[in-house]
Amino acid sequence: MNKIDPIVVQEQLNQFVNQPVFIHLETTNGAYATHHNRAAYNVGAFIRNAKVCFTQAKISGDPTNYRVGLKTEIGWVYAEGLRDYQLDQPGCLLLAGHDDQGRLLVTLEISHQPFSI
Amino acid sequence: MEKHVVVIFPHPDDEAFGAAGTIARFREQGIPVTYLCGTLGEMGRNMGNPTFATRESLPEIRKEELIAACQVLDIDLEMLGYRDKTIEFEDRQQIAEHLLGYLNKLKPSLVITYYPGYAVHPDHDAFGAAAVSAVSQMDQADRPELWALAIKKGKEADLGEPDLQFDITATFTQKFEAIIAHKSQASGILGGINQGPGSLDQIVRDKLSHEAFYKWVF
Repeated sequence: MNKIDPIVVQEQLNQFVNQPVFIHLETTNGAYATHHNRAAYNVGAFIRNAKVCFTQAKISGDPTNYRVGLKTEIGWVYAEGLRDYQLDQPGCLLLAGHDDQGRLLVTLEISHQPFSI
Repeated sequence: MEKHVVVIFPHPDDEAFGAAGTIARFREQGIPVTYLCGTLGEMGRNMGNPTFATRESLPEIRKEELIAACQVLDIDLEMLGYRDKTIEFEDRQQIAEHLLGYLNKLKPSLVITYYPGYAVHPDHDAFGAAAVSAVSQMDQADRPELWALAIKKGKEADLGEPDLQFDITATFTQKFEAIIAHKSQASGILGGINQGPGSLDQIVRDKLSHEAFYKWVF
């Protein structure tokens, strides 16, 4: 993945507005947080292939902490801590944040086609 | 002497970290080993260090790594097609029957899996439970021995010391090469258990040169 260029990502986000798209949204601190540190605990959530239609899409923030908000007719999709992006193929935008050892912390992916399951 | 060993874990790399030294020892004795790997580790958070995988490319990368690790260990591989993080939500009996299909065909004398409830990751616990269930459903005459791998801290308080404790120094090289074959995972996981300075080789040697299992009592 490449470091986020907010202008490029904004252009990509604009291409998904006002049409049904598929979302993968995830955050995780791994399955071993408690195992390695009793004071910590495992936290994670993901939703894969949520079908949504957003009317507005915006990237905000700076290279240490980009945020993306997608406004739908009846709600929002939100991700924080995004630093990296990749155009996986035409019509598929990957956004992610990793820790200093390359481990995934958060990812928001938007695609015209469903993600593989 | 074992006739055929079947290893049942949910993720690519579970076999390398948990049992590769023991597996390599069986192979040196000419005993066939088959790995039934539940998922492709699709939801792993290690993306390589520096990062080279994405959530979308990770399954194919880990599949190739798994195949390479099994070549290092010279074992047969079956990929069972479950999805990482979801095994505990599947029907356990269906998974057990799926595993039984392989066990009835392979007729192992020994099955190695995770100790349900003492394996930390929900996939480990759920797949171990399904494996124990599958083996327990076999006729007593055909039923293989089962060795269970427990990794939960403080397990000894509940389970006592493991029945089988192996110093795998003699097959350490194969174990290290199997771990390193899982390129996207190795540095992140080994870094997580690294409590001090040292090369990857040293970390593995210090932390992973023993393998231990509980003999399951049916």
